[in-house]
Amino acid sequence: MAEPFLSIQQVQKAFGATTVVQDFNLDVEPGEFVSFLGPSGCGKTTVLRMVAGFEEPSAGKILVAGKDITRLKPNQRNVGMVFQAYALFPNLTVAQNIGFGLKVAGMPKADADRRVAEMLDLIKLPQMGDRYPYQLSGGQQQRIALARAIAPKPKLLLLDEPLSALDAKVRVSLREEIRSIQKKLGITTVFVTHDQEEALSISDRIAVMYGGKAEQVGTPFEIYNRPATKFVANFVGTLNVLEGTVTDAASGKVRVNSQEVSLQGKLNGSKSGDTLSLALRPEAISLGRHPGRDSSLSGEITEVHFLGSVIRVRVGIGGSTVSLDTFNSPASPPPAVGEKAEISFSSGDMLVLH
Amino acid sequence: MKQGNRFWAWLVFGVGTTYFVLPLVATFEFSLRKRRGEYSFDAYRSVFGDPNFQATFTYSVVVAVFTILLGVLLVVPTAYWIRLRLPHLRPVVEFITLLPLVIPAIVIVFGYIRMFGSNSALPFLATARGADALLVIGYAVLALPYMYRAVDTGLRTIDVRTLTEAAQILGAGWTIIIARIILPNVLIAVLSGAFLSFAIVIGEFTMASLLNRPAFGPYLQNIGANSAYEPSALALISFAITWGCMSLIQILSRFAPRSANRPN
Ligand SMILES: Nc1ncnc2c1ncn2[C@@H]1O[C@H](COP(=O)(O)OP(=O)(O)OP(=O)(O)O)[C@@H](O)[C@H]1O
Ligand SMILES: [Mg+2]
Repeated sequence: MAEPFLSIQQVQKAFGATTVVQDFNLDVEPGEFVSFLGPSGCGKTTVLRMVAGFEEPSAGKILVAGKDITRLKPNQRNVGMVFQAYALFPNLTVAQNIGFGLKVAGMPKADADRRVAEMLDLIKLPQMGDRYPYQLSGGQQQRIALARAIAPKPKLLLLDEPLSALDAKVRVSLREEIRSIQKKLGITTVFVTHDQEEALSISDRIAVMYGGKAEQVGTPFEIYNRPATKFVANFVGTLNVLEGTVTDAASGKVRVNSQEVSLQGKLNGSKSGDTLSLALRPEAISLGRHPGRDSSLSGEITEVHFLGSVIRVRVGIGGSTVSLDTFNSPASPPPAVGEKAEISFSSGDMLVLH
Repeated sequence: MKQGNRFWAWLVFGVGTTYFVLPLVATFEFSLRKRRGEYSFDAYRSVFGDPNFQATFTYSVVVAVFTILLGVLLVVPTAYWIRLRLPHLRPVVEFITLLPLVIPAIVIVFGYIRMFGSNSALPFLATARGADALLVIGYAVLALPYMYRAVDTGLRTIDVRTLTEAAQILGAGWTIIIARIILPNVLIAVLSGAFLSFAIVIGEFTMASLLNRPAFGPYLQNIGANSAYEPSALALISFAITWGCMSLIQILSRFAPRSANRPN
């Protein structure tokens, strides 16, 4: 791994008696796009605000490009930030907003004007310079806020749920725009969200947070397919959880509702008689037996939801219910509620949650 | 609405208007009667021609301007800081700013005279300039309830914390934040506080008189005791000035910038 650009080392934060961030460690490489993903109140904003300098860590260090910035004031850090509530200066025009940081830094007016025009082009709002914030839509305001943050060429870009106040369509298009601008400029970025789809779709890596800690840090692929903890598995994506009992630890035999599946090599350390939580993603399960799928369980169809191209089926297996998606095919009718059904999956896709 | 309701509403409105307007009309009518047997503006002519009127009025305007400056310098940063960092102190500060409404001006001014007399450690009253300064300070205190309320209300319409942080992260220090972000966004509120201060200062009598300052209030009182028609003319002039200030506040608030934090 290259020398990290942003390094958050054993950072803690307490407000009075309550510790809201504990033992937070993260290294971000130059040019990397890292998301903090987690439920409300897990400390995402607090960590970001410590990087920005609005909060001081109770313990630990924050380094940028090898330099300790833990005690620097926010206006000495050369960091760009986009806030959830657009936070444009209402008394300034769009161009003045974008140029604010340049003016504060004492850039000559001609250079600043050129840079502002460049930024307006970058966010594809070249005609908007003379407008006031209240004359813009939420999506436009947030793009201006992004331009304002990156205009002074900060070393680091921080975004705290910049999309959560926008409607769904704008949210998707703007997140892609943010990502493409970030790639074009190669700016190291930390992005806070509680929306897993958002995090999965645009991040190089994701730090899944829970209770003030980073539960797992990894690429979207790793986080989704190899969740390290039960929390990560449940929080990211839809998950079917089945209870199983280890019947033979040596050969990896596990009993699920009086049916047996083989999980050789995945039990790491469980003994016979242990109860396990076994998890499967909906897309890892098929209806009926299929070649290449080594395990199967039988049950009864309890719900069928026709969603167009996809049919979501829920199958009761003993006391648990499993969701799975099948593609709609005009040639064959969809399964019916009450039918007996068999589901199959590869034991390799099964997650054993600890 | 029922016919009866409407009748009573109009009746109350009519009585109220009469109660308010009739004395004004009567005073105006009386002020026109300086010349025997016909209406004339002689009383106004003599008022505006009086050098004492010009001198005291100018003095009070200058004092009002300084009062407003002092009030803004004192109140804007205070109200801003309270909102930003010490929100739990807001009730306390609000109470303190309301005290001048409860404590009579005469009590305050006697306190000043005792505290800042020529023999005290801070002899404000030893020189005329010092007394002027003390008058400005006293007026700033009298105007405090209005100034603070106006500015605090203005600050409520913007997201003070986020705007401050947005400016900070872009490299701005406190002076730039207050001068370029906070003040412009509460300017309308500050102006309405300023006009209220102006209206208070222009006609104030107690402090000016007891500190022995050549202000407009004591002049009004003096004329009132010594002539017949001019006081009515002066009363109407003062009324017009005060009323003008209030209308300006109304007009200015139409131009209040819409805030980005209250998207339409
Ligand atoms: N200034 C503060 N004083 C006291 N407690 C605070 C303060 N700021 C945050 N907290 C607490 O710290 C915890 C983490 O807050 P934080 O804002 O970091 O959460 P978050 O992950 O950003 O949540 P959300 O998704 O809702 O924005 C919360 O329980 C919050 O109540
Ligand atoms: Mg947050």
